[in-house]
Amino acid sequence: MSRTRYARLVAAAATVPLVLAACSSGGGGASDDAEGGDSIRYWLWDANQLPAYQKCAEAFTEKSGITVNIEQYGWDDYWGSLTNNFVAGNAPDVFTNHLSQYPQFASQGQLLDLNDRVEADGLDLSVYQEGLADLWVDQEGARYGLPKDWDTIAAFYNAEMAKEAGLTEEDMKNLEWNPQDGGTYEDAIAALTVDSNGVRGNEPGFDPDNVEVYGLGLAGSGGAFGQTEWSMYAMSNGFEYANQNPWGTEFNFDSPEFQEAMTWWRSLIDKGYMPSFEIATSGVSIMETYGAGKVAMVTEGSWNTNAYMTLEGVETKLAPTPVGPAGERASLFNGLADSIWVGTKNPDASWEWVKFLGSAECQDIVAAEAVVFPAVQSSLEIATDAFEEKGYDVSAFTIHLEEGTTHLAPIADNWATLNQNVTAAGEQFLSFQRDADVYTEANEQVNALFD
Amino acid sequence: MSTTTKSPATRPPAAPPPRRRRSSLASSWSGSDLRPALLFVAPATIGFLVFYVWPAIRGTYYSFTDFKVLSAPNWVGTENYQRLVEDELVWNAFGVTLQYVVINIGAQTVISLGLAVLMHRLTRSMMIRGALLMPYLVANVVVALAWFWMLDYQIGIVNVLLDTVGIDRVAFFGDSAWAIPTIAMINVWRHMGYTALLIFAGLQTIPPHLYEAAALDGSGEVRSFFKITMPLLRPVLAMVLVITVTGSFQIFDTVAVTTAGGPVNATRVVYYYIFELAFSRFEFGYASAISVVLFLVLASVAFAQIKLLRAGESDLS
Repeated sequence: MSRTRYARLVAAAATVPLVLAACSSGGGGASDDAEGGDSIRYWLWDANQLPAYQKCAEAFTEKSGITVNIEQYGWDDYWGSLTNNFVAGNAPDVFTNHLSQYPQFASQGQLLDLNDRVEADGLDLSVYQEGLADLWVDQEGARYGLPKDWDTIAAFYNAEMAKEAGLTEEDMKNLEWNPQDGGTYEDAIAALTVDSNGVRGNEPGFDPDNVEVYGLGLAGSGGAFGQTEWSMYAMSNGFEYANQNPWGTEFNFDSPEFQEAMTWWRSLIDKGYMPSFEIATSGVSIMETYGAGKVAMVTEGSWNTNAYMTLEGVETKLAPTPVGPAGERASLFNGLADSIWVGTKNPDASWEWVKFLGSAECQDIVAAEAVVFPAVQSSLEIATDAFEEKGYDVSAFTIHLEEGTTHLAPIADNWATLNQNVTAAGEQFLSFQRDADVYTEANEQVNALFD
Repeated sequence: MSTTTKSPATRPPAAPPPRRRRSSLASSWSGSDLRPALLFVAPATIGFLVFYVWPAIRGTYYSFTDFKVLSAPNWVGTENYQRLVEDELVWNAFGVTLQYVVINIGAQTVISLGLAVLMHRLTRSMMIRGALLMPYLVANVVVALAWFWMLDYQIGIVNVLLDTVGIDRVAFFGDSAWAIPTIAMINVWRHMGYTALLIFAGLQTIPPHLYEAAALDGSGEVRSFFKITMPLLRPVLAMVLVITVTGSFQIFDTVAVTTAGGPVNATRVVYYYIFELAFSRFEFGYASAISVVLFLVLASVAFAQIKLLRAGESDLS
């Protein structure tokens, strides 16, 4: 999920010749470096979470005698390597899976259906946060993963800059938003923006062409997901991604709820409160820009909490995403799960490990590390306490669970192509080459994928 | 040296020496030299067959199939190629790549030639020659990342400097008009020293007495450059161009590390598009079709260059 650009470097070098060289032994085959069969390989992509899961693995080995070899790859390298290893018949027995990726793996028969095992072991799926377990069930009813964590979105802001702008913590926690004038949310962003003469965005004489500190950061167009970019605005304005979720077949990027929100969001660029798309995409990453004090606030996912909180020279606080026109906040509710590769030599040991990863025992361990929020409900308090102990108030993330304003992440077939279409539209829109109607066109292309 | 089997009597009395030389060469092929010869070319040949020829054959086959990697390929005839002709992004990719090649090769060749001539005529210092090669010794990805940082709009040193001098900041990677030239120039910076060294080696094959004679006849540096250096350098320059142009068409890593094809499609070069299709959309069949087209384009470009620049013959001797 950490989609920073550096990670791309890993994908760069060796992959090209493989286009011609890709071989097709097609599934099934030699597994891991298993000695005696009681060793399994496990993959994950987030280096921040590695220590926590290492601890889980140690506890698991002690309990079951099965050794878990954890391998970590950066996000952008992860999926390519995984695919190559599926092909080579050398994929990990168990791996961390993502909602946007699993449908295509499932449709290509690479994932083990867990239903029978869940049933046989009488696993209680209601221990998880509501909805998380069902995200991993496909249209035919097969289950491809057990949830392990969840994330929501919040606004990360520079506490010192907010203070200078006259915004109290209380103000930041109670921001309201609408697509017409942006509400108090836009007011706050304006106040946080400072031009090169020291004039604030809400003061007369503000020069939108010479901005020193932008009120709100821009990471990119967000594609079809917009998880940290625009989802909280569009959804609090009544937008739903598709006619149904999961497995939507008709998308709503042509709806007024979506396009109004997007038009407002883009207007921040015109007003000088948010960097232009050109500036944003020529930047190293939004976190570096924020860390350098050039951006006062960014919308980000809970998985990045530690990374932002530990930035040097910046005191970061969290504010919930703003209340929209419908009177509610909104945040995507996304979660990772662990899946088993269909070609594993060791399905039983793999299942034991997946079960353990999804159990309160392991999730308590992970929760105590304060890196992510655990999927098991009873472990949540341990996580919030652990965050608090570090001095981080993470109520901005959990408020969505309390208020019931979480929206499950969209899951659909053809996601890669769909995302490509909407991304192209979004980039043209944000760079002012086209207006919001470009999304209507993209939506037609997207819907055509499901005909 | 090796004895010919042919009887001298069957030959015309005045057998010309070249013929004898040729026949001795021919006999060495069938003789004891064959084995070591094969031994010496084997590593390269095996590598070539395993890593180039065989994948190329398979890739060509895949280009006629619908191939999603994890299931067996499905023969679809020329469907991928028909789709390719209608795919605007393919045309865009070739256009963007061509733009990159023109800027990259144009700037790189002129600068490298200049550097090589300066090295040749002005300095014998190993330090300076070594320093020129420095950027080439740094990994591609590292070079790309370093420049990505330095050219950042808000916090990059280049933009901070521009700002202090009073010039407007430039969104080097984010502005569609700037992105390709920026990436092209980064790679010029990386490769110019190396290319200069290749050209420099070519310059050293030009006999110094030609310059002395020209100088005696009153030819200046500029005139000597155009009348002596350039014509005699032609075969070397042609080979350098074939290598660098081919390499330039294969631009990938800098794009992958910095813009990832954006903004919009401004830097979605052919290789990056192929990579995206294959590895994020699993359209290996279609990606292979584009690869085959790229291969044909590169082969024709290289062929045309060699022919046009008469790379095989030299004006020396």
